[in-house]
Amino acid sequence: MIVMENVYKKYPNGVVAVNGIDVEIEQGEFVYVVGQSGAGKSTFIKMMYREEKPTEGKIIVNGVDITKLKNSKVPLFRRNIGVVFQDFKLLPKLTVYENVAFALEVIEESPRIIKKRVMSVLDLVNLKHKARMFPTELSGGEQQRVSIARAIVNSPSLVIADEPTGNLDPENSWEIMRVFEEINARGTTIVMATHNKEIVNEIKHRVIAIEGGTIVRDEQRGEYGYEV
Amino acid sequence: MSEMNNEVNTVMKYRTVGRHARESFKSIFRNGWMTVASVGAVTVTLLLVGVFYAILMNLNSVATSIEKDVSIKVLVETTADENQQKALEQQIKDLDGVESVTYSSKEDELNALIESFGEDGEVLKLYEQDNPLNDAFIVKASKPESTGKIAAAIQKFEHVFDVNYGQAQTEKLFDVIKVARTIGIVLILGLLFTAIFLISNTIKITINARSEEIEIMRLVGATNGFIRWPFFLEGLWLGVFGSIIPISIIAILYKNVSNFIEPHIGNTFIQLLDFSPFVYQLSGLLLLMGCVIGVIGSLMSVRKFLKV
Repeated sequence: MIVMENVYKKYPNGVVAVNGIDVEIEQGEFVYVVGQSGAGKSTFIKMMYREEKPTEGKIIVNGVDITKLKNSKVPLFRRNIGVVFQDFKLLPKLTVYENVAFALEVIEESPRIIKKRVMSVLDLVNLKHKARMFPTELSGGEQQRVSIARAIVNSPSLVIADEPTGNLDPENSWEIMRVFEEINARGTTIVMATHNKEIVNEIKHRVIAIEGGTIVRDEQRGEYGYEV
Repeated sequence: MSEMNNEVNTVMKYRTVGRHARESFKSIFRNGWMTVASVGAVTVTLLLVGVFYAILMNLNSVATSIEKDVSIKVLVETTADENQQKALEQQIKDLDGVESVTYSSKEDELNALIESFGEDGEVLKLYEQDNPLNDAFIVKASKPESTGKIAAAIQKFEHVFDVNYGQAQTEKLFDVIKVARTIGIVLILGLLFTAIFLISNTIKITINARSEEIEIMRLVGATNGFIRWPFFLEGLWLGVFGSIIPISIIAILYKNVSNFIEPHIGNTFIQLLDFSPFVYQLSGLLLLMGCVIGVIGSLMSVRKFLKV
């Protein structure tokens, strides 16, 4: 599913964000990526959807060596990956339905398929009844669920989430986790960078801890392991 | 990956074309004054291009038709008597390559001049009492290329006051055209850059306004072409809109100016280029230039500000 071999990332300003990472993540796994701010978590996961390219090493996602992927092929590669951010990144002028449909419209999916899939994912995140509302009319947790719906509407095999509960209160965070659990139960791989100690310690999954750009701990059913 | 390749090659769907067109029009209206400034810059540029082009092409055509003219006008000294004139006529007729020699008295010359000025020629009638013009011989060469040689030979004959022929005059005209063309090109180039710069700035505003949308499109796997199209179209519209006013103005202007000038030059061999096809060709050229300016402007912004 995801294989990283001897991966390094040095930014043009000289900062070494990733300093030799070897890791393998199987299809269907749920992985927490933990570590303090500036440890290299973001770069680590950005490299998985080729937002960043490593300066050295090999990254294979879904059988494709994305370090050798041509820029023109990146869009098609991304269609099999869903990405969720801390700040939701919803378009304020579009309704809930339109925000989710947007992801399919811009890859030129047919209107019939768009309607069917959007309603189905809105049902999954329990927001079908708010389809006509605008993001500003929703709570933070609901907005994040819209962004998850958008990430999974194209049925990706991998969902990458960068601190998805970072802006949410505990109650909403648990609701988000319920959605991720459900997606994961359907066979989708989830890689989630998080600072949320309660969640990591409560809902046990594999934990990859990053410090100084390298993996310092990799445990199945691990603990958060940092003082917050 | 082969499945991916097939998807990339899918022909753009009608739905997508409609979407891009909608997006580009939305931005045109949203950008308000920047749109007006861009269209205005294109308008001014193309108007100048059009006017310069129309003038230069007409001057060129006039110069070319004069150049092809085989007639030489020999002005006879006013002091020459009838016999001397006859002798001169015979001398000219004996030259190689001369096809015909026609006598035109100074009265004929004045009448022709009065006629060529049309209504304004009335004032010249005052000269009928004391005609300052010379008697003349109109010499026709059998071949255009021998005109110069014949004219030079005649110049050496006695009682010849002056020799005029088309080619000598056209040299000056061609010089004027050359200078005008250089000034025009410099001016137009400057304006072209201004127009392109303004368009690229307008597109930059659109890109900034839609940066969130673009980010999401990239994330969910919209192709670069898909992301770029609305911006190309916006640039294209700005160029096309900018060419409408110049095309209309030039068409109207050309019609009126040629209607005004033509009666005055009707009896000479000088002719303006016909409205059709000249104005249609010029309009096509301006429209094409508008499109090119628009697309270059948007290309610059898209390349610089759209990391796709």
